[in-house]
Amino acid sequence: MLTAEEQKEINEELAHYPNKQAVCIDAMLIVQRRRGWVSDEDIHDIAEFLGMSTADLDGVATFYNLIRRKPVGRHVALICDSVSCWIMGCERVRDQLCARLGTTLGGSTADGRFTLLPNVCLGACDHAPVMMIDGDLYTNLDERQIDPILDRYK
Amino acid sequence: MSPMERPLTSNLRPDGNAVDIAAYERAGGYEGLRKALTMQPQDVTELVKRSSLKGRGGAGFPTGMKWSFVPMGANAPKPKYLVANADEMEPGTFKDRVLMEGDPHQLIEGMTVAAYAIQAEVGYIFLRGEYRCSAQRLRAAVAEAKERGFLGHNILGSGFGFELHLHISAGRYICGEETALLNALEGKRAHPRTKPPFPQVSGLWGKPTIVQNVETLCNVHHIVNKGPEWFRTLSRSGDGGTKLYGVSGKVNRPGLWELPLGTTLREILEEHAGGMRDGLRFRGVLPGGASTDFLVEQHLDTPMDYTEVQKAGSRLGTGTMVILDEGTCPVGMVWNLEHFFAQESCGWCTPCWSGLAWTEKILLAMEYGKAEESDLDTLRFQTKFLAPGNTFCAFAPGAVEPLQSALKYFSGDFHRHIEEKRCPWR
Ligand SMILES: Cc1cc2nc3c(=O)[nH]c(=O)nc-3n(C[C@H](O)[C@H](O)[C@H](O)COP(=O)(O)O)c2cc1C
Ligand code: SF4
Repeated sequence: MLTAEEQKEINEELAHYPNKQAVCIDAMLIVQRRRGWVSDEDIHDIAEFLGMSTADLDGVATFYNLIRRKPVGRHVALICDSVSCWIMGCERVRDQLCARLGTTLGGSTADGRFTLLPNVCLGACDHAPVMMIDGDLYTNLDERQIDPILDRYK
Repeated sequence: MSPMERPLTSNLRPDGNAVDIAAYERAGGYEGLRKALTMQPQDVTELVKRSSLKGRGGAGFPTGMKWSFVPMGANAPKPKYLVANADEMEPGTFKDRVLMEGDPHQLIEGMTVAAYAIQAEVGYIFLRGEYRCSAQRLRAAVAEAKERGFLGHNILGSGFGFELHLHISAGRYICGEETALLNALEGKRAHPRTKPPFPQVSGLWGKPTIVQNVETLCNVHHIVNKGPEWFRTLSRSGDGGTKLYGVSGKVNRPGLWELPLGTTLREILEEHAGGMRDGLRFRGVLPGGASTDFLVEQHLDTPMDYTEVQKAGSRLGTGTMVILDEGTCPVGMVWNLEHFFAQESCGWCTPCWSGLAWTEKILLAMEYGKAEESDLDTLRFQTKFLAPGNTFCAFAPGAVEPLQSALKYFSGDFHRHIEEKRCPWR
């Protein structure tokens, strides 16, 4: 079930577009912001709310990498793996993150605290390597900074 | 340079905070809009044509000319749309973010003037999802502009109305391609569309639509305000204006600078980026993001404008450069690039999704010492196979640009990986 708040936010978006399908991506992001991911049930509910078929909506959902169709940890770390960060040593940063959290890229920690995802260029190439945790950008990273940064996220 | 010579960045605050509307207006903001509203829309387009402004999103198409294809007059389809392409996912590119975070009103004013020129009633800023700070500041700035009558119905009593909305994208590099972007805005999978019809005639929901890069739009009201002649004198080349040039990689001062269009590669690298770090030797540069051909030492005196970079065998692209130094493996770097492209192919046409996956696999094998001489022929074949005309959109030709030029300039390094059965840098 979409909450009243979610419905309200989706309706606000609807005012900006000429038809309902146009807001389906916004709607999924609205739901995901509260629930962390978009479940099959959410897909069904959003599709119904917007008068789309669930198959059509899932087709859209699975195209976009920022729409998550699987559960994620309480915090999501996006690690830039594009060219500038690669040159500046993002592989070492990635290895340190994986070792420290005991998981691999694409995976989550057993306690549900973190999900680690590779991400394309985060647009801060003059401060590479970079990563983003829950919307906070961390720049000029080296292996030693990883532990204190992770400690901020419980 | 004086603020007059750096129109796009002169408002940016050293503390990195956004310029609010009061400060923006004090610095002469929204004057360009006031002036435009006293002109005929077609005359605004004419000014932009005369300024020689070319698109800053990568393709370098003349902006005024693009606008002149939009149907005008009482019988034109309604509504018309203006879209700011703020997808900025080209690896190595970080210029539009700086403009949106630091001076969001500049984009809003540029868009409103552009909308007036083509008489668009509705606009969207198509912003990539990871740009959270830009989203927050743009949202605040749109609200401020609405409140002050620079957006919405009957702007400044002119009778012209323009509604501007922020659309947060859900990822995928292909969304930056303008027709894929339109599908994304319509809530569909972001596969590109066939052209023609061009979006100027039939774009969003079949209505005339102009898609323009953020940096391009940020120039528009300055041109109206200070004139096309002034705009052309900002440049050291035949094309008008300044350019945001960025440098990343192992240089002393990676960063972003607004400089005259046509500043040489050498000046940007040495004077602004402070030269190579730790005495490392410069080996090459992707001059305009991941999808541009490498340039090398012999090209250092190239003026960085559309024509000259093309003559040197590459493209100005986004103007944000990625430097290859001698301590970095060229094969590894090209593998990283093709990994990106293989992953981001939208999957619509087979040469692209299949060819890039194959290309990436070979490069990875080569990086780990598991490639053979014949693999080089396959790579060369792929660069031809994915050349312009063989795929549905410009993504695939862009994807092989760094590869084809690396095969040309760094062929010794490819051979060494094969002969030594390892990466000499690992
Ligand atoms: C694969 C691909 C990705 C693109 N990504 C962007 C982008 O992120 N931002 C952008 O402004 N233009 C991008 N473009 C170019 C757009 O298709 C379009 O030409 C541009 O937005 C037009 O604006 P301009 O004339 O102001 O440059 C991309 C093109 C391709 C083929
Ligand atoms: S060239 Fe690639 S990105 Fe473009 S339509 Fe074909 S598969 Fe999609």
